[in-house]
Amino acid sequence: MAEHRKIQLKVNGELREGWTEPRRLLVDFIRDDLALNGTHVGCEHGICGACTVLFNGEAVRSCLMLAVQANGAELLTVEGLAHEGKLHPLQQAFWEHHALQCGFCTPGMLIVALDLLRTTPSPNEEEIRHALSAVLCRCTGYQSIVEAVDAAASRLRPSR
Amino acid sequence: MKPSPFDYHDPTTIDEALELLRRYGPEAKILAGGQSLIALMNFRLSAPAALIDLNRVAELSYLRQENGTLRFGSMLRQRTIEFSPVVLQRLPLLAEATRLVGHLPTRTRGTIGGSLAHADPAAEYPTVITALDGELVLRGSLGDRVVGAHDFFQGVMSTALGPDEILVEVRLAEAPPNSGCAFEEFSRRHGDFAIVAVAAMVVVDGARYRVARLAAAGVGPTPMRLRAAEEILEREGLSERAINDAATSAAEIVEPAGDLHASADFRRHLTRVLTRRALARATDRARGK
Repeated sequence: MAEHRKIQLKVNGELREGWTEPRRLLVDFIRDDLALNGTHVGCEHGICGACTVLFNGEAVRSCLMLAVQANGAELLTVEGLAHEGKLHPLQQAFWEHHALQCGFCTPGMLIVALDLLRTTPSPNEEEIRHALSAVLCRCTGYQSIVEAVDAAASRLRPSR
Repeated sequence: MKPSPFDYHDPTTIDEALELLRRYGPEAKILAGGQSLIALMNFRLSAPAALIDLNRVAELSYLRQENGTLRFGSMLRQRTIEFSPVVLQRLPLLAEATRLVGHLPTRTRGTIGGSLAHADPAAEYPTVITALDGELVLRGSLGDRVVGAHDFFQGVMSTALGPDEILVEVRLAEAPPNSGCAFEEFSRRHGDFAIVAVAAMVVVDGARYRVARLAAAGVGPTPMRLRAAEEILEREGLSERAINDAATSAAEIVEPAGDLHASADFRRHLTRVLTRRALARATDRARGK
């Protein structure tokens, strides 16, 4: 049995630590050890995107990373989006535009959209679709998701 | 599923990593971005006894511009390449291809060296390196050796890397003046590996092609240079007919195998269509259109 390693990381602004086997996937550490089960496990091979989290400010698939690789890192999961009981503008826009049905892909959609709006604050529809192609929605609800991200983009843009 | 147990090492220098590689031999796998390897391990299609994780080896993550050559440390992230103004300006073919490598979240972790060492026959980076005659620096117990793209890719997911070697650097010449490039691919969904991909780079001199470089992926065990098609362009000069002749030749020289994604005939058809599109676009760009 491989030895366990101690890891320390910041998750949604809070310092967390745990002992983990090297083979433990980051997504399992987040869900089972940190009890943050807003991040979903779908395909476990990097296709569906439901497990997407921000890793040091950039979107990654947490099923394609080992928990030990997150030692010293800063993570943001879907639980960290709302602030003092108030939905993040992206979440608010998803709510208003009916951008979720079953909700399984939603944590991934929100995190990918967040990364997009940080790298490309005024995306056009093509850029939004390009970014969202990183996450699969099987309720076939892409149109509403694209509209929600577009609405959130105009709300988040610094007003001139 | 989950990966089977392995010894995990995260060295901080290349020397340490090489030492670990010597210790474990072929039982160890090098972990770069992990965007293919971890997926394979999750399904236990790969179950190495040890993982040597290069993610903390800072000396492998750089981009240097030297005498008309761009040198990429093998652990440079695809995302860094995507947003690099130097790459956009000096190596537009690599910039364009990068946007087709997986998705933004996989490019956050995925590296240039990892993609090349993995050597998927339908991947974008090996195609670009093949078209541009890139060079790869392999470091092992006997020191460094420099291998051309043509010699590096040896078969499906098989490269010239020895069991004691690590890919440390990738070298690509900057795009010459009056050049244009284009990367075309066909895949079922955005972000998938290509069914067929074609990379083109041309240098235009008046009414002729001074240089034409073409490579295709998804049409054999490794990316393939389409030299006969390049020669047609260099011989016939700038014309729609030359582009059509080159595209027809490209479809004749590839030797695709059919599989459940696409038949051999369809892959030949795609090679012709994508070669034509890539050449038309590259030529327009070289002429400043």
